[in-house]
Amino acid sequence: MKKKWFSYPYLLWMLLFTVIPMALILYYSLTDTVNGETVFTLANFQKFFQPVYLKVLWHSLVLAFYCTVGCLLIGYPMAAILANQHFVKKKFLIMLIMLPTWMNILLRTYAWMTILERNGVLNSFLGFFGIEPMQFLYTEGAVIMGMIYNFLPFMVLPIYSVLVKMDKSLIEAAEDLGANRIQIFRKVTFPLSAPGVISGIVMVFMPAVSTFVISRLLGGGQFALIGNLIEQQFLWVGDWNFGSALSIVMMVLILLSMAVLNRYDKDKEAGGSLW
Amino acid sequence: MEVRKLQKSFWKKLGITLLLTVSVFGLVACGDKKDDQKTISVYNWGLYIDPNVLDMFEEETGIKVQYDEFSTNEDMYIKVKSGGSKYDIIIPSDYMIEKMIKEDMLAELNFDNIPNYANVDDQFKNLAYDPDGKYSVPYMWGTVGIVYNKTMVEEPITSWNALWDEKYKKQIFMLDSPRDSIGVALKLMGYGFNAENTEQLEIAKEKLIEQRPLVLSYVVDEVRDAMLAGEAAMALVWSGEGMYLTWNDENLEYVIPEEGSNIWFDSIVIPKDAPHKEEAEAFINFLCRPDIAKLNVEEIGYATPIPAAQELLAPEIKDDPMGYPSADIIAKCEVFRDPGEFLSEYDRVWTEVKASK
Repeated sequence: MKKKWFSYPYLLWMLLFTVIPMALILYYSLTDTVNGETVFTLANFQKFFQPVYLKVLWHSLVLAFYCTVGCLLIGYPMAAILANQHFVKKKFLIMLIMLPTWMNILLRTYAWMTILERNGVLNSFLGFFGIEPMQFLYTEGAVIMGMIYNFLPFMVLPIYSVLVKMDKSLIEAAEDLGANRIQIFRKVTFPLSAPGVISGIVMVFMPAVSTFVISRLLGGGQFALIGNLIEQQFLWVGDWNFGSALSIVMMVLILLSMAVLNRYDKDKEAGGSLW
Repeated sequence: MEVRKLQKSFWKKLGITLLLTVSVFGLVACGDKKDDQKTISVYNWGLYIDPNVLDMFEEETGIKVQYDEFSTNEDMYIKVKSGGSKYDIIIPSDYMIEKMIKEDMLAELNFDNIPNYANVDDQFKNLAYDPDGKYSVPYMWGTVGIVYNKTMVEEPITSWNALWDEKYKKQIFMLDSPRDSIGVALKLMGYGFNAENTEQLEIAKEKLIEQRPLVLSYVVDEVRDAMLAGEAAMALVWSGEGMYLTWNDENLEYVIPEEGSNIWFDSIVIPKDAPHKEEAEAFINFLCRPDIAKLNVEEIGYATPIPAAQELLAPEIKDDPMGYPSADIIAKCEVFRDPGEFLSEYDRVWTEVKASK
């Protein structure tokens, strides 16, 4: 019986900070104020299906996709190397990965601006080799790079935590049976680490698709992403109804993509999945 | 034993949490009780006053000032509109004041309590956003213009056309502010800074899409550092930024293009539900005193609407034709009007410009 009591504060918490806000967003997205009266309508969602907003959404998805692929390509080997280190070294290296995330995201992104700008660190460095200054900042590449830099730990850590728990004797068994290293990776290591990979993908993709700070600073406000669009509705236009509808669309999309990923995640026991 | 200890500490923690929650609610509920003390709450832009001025006001009048800051008009509007925060003084911009007057959010001022209003230059009274001058007293004003780097731009800039000059491809900063950037395009196409209909907005949109490949980036506050670092040849900026940049780098020059520009005002208003209207009027009166206005201008760098305060400034500041443009330039400038529901059209056009690549 006592166990139930323990959960009440959490229930209250979830009600206050999850259920009620969600209901409010849903309410706003389905209503509109016409001549001072609140009416139920689907106009906010209809508005979203104009080409310009679909284009914005598509662009956000593409950028988030690049970012996720980039994180996976860099993050997986990183996690694998980490998992095979000695205990003390491991702790230290994990610390190094975590450390930047303790710093404010704005600060980290501003630092990249200093590195990438025309008279910045990178161009001065290239200047030593006689390479003409190039435009790095305010390009799509800068935005993707900023996202990868900021979200990489979210990819490395879940994969690492799965790899480090993996039973090494399985690899030894595969070696005994004559599998080469590529085969071991394809048939043993990677399938076993799939839950980590999937939760890594989810954890990188979600913030990447909704970011507005990174695209604003490193993209110089040139790229209207869905996160910027939502921010604009709330802070500038004051159209909370359309802003809420955009947020709902985003949430549905994320839910769908997680459901799709979930189909490939057979090993739910490992606890890597969010579902 | 261990479990019981844990449980005990859990209940203790829960108790403390509940106690704290109750006391916070209690404090909020009791907040009104302090009212009999003379305190006014002021809500102003960030970094937009000389902090000494507040101390001086407290010393002279015995009225305490509780001071809060906002970063955009829209932030302020949402907070004040939602109620609960009882401010006595707010300093928003022109079009926002117009909107607040329309929505009956502002109190009419009693100018008997503000004799120093006489110090305000007549050309800045009764402007379009408050045509009868009943609700607001101008605090600061400025323009929008182009700041350019003389080492990168050969000929002096005189026209908004410079922002569409192919020579400066990828060397132009635009303002990441829909009303300002769209306003410039409208002006260049021969319309006013305030679009009258969707057709004009569409034409401005085409013009901005045409400019897209030339623009290095759309920025707001970053423009200061970027221009000082020589990132771009020119930028669309507000006059305060322009002044700051010219003071800090002799290669930079600020101009108000000859076609005319937007002139904006941040003015002092009192919301309708202000608990201390009389004290608030005393504060407005204080801000209109020339020596006080001078302190504020020196701190923040924008232009004062009080000529006697301007006279007190250093000659190189008060005679700067770009900081304090002459009457014939001002005559060519327009004030932003509140577009009402039309604002969402501005937003759509701006999104299309941004998404055009």
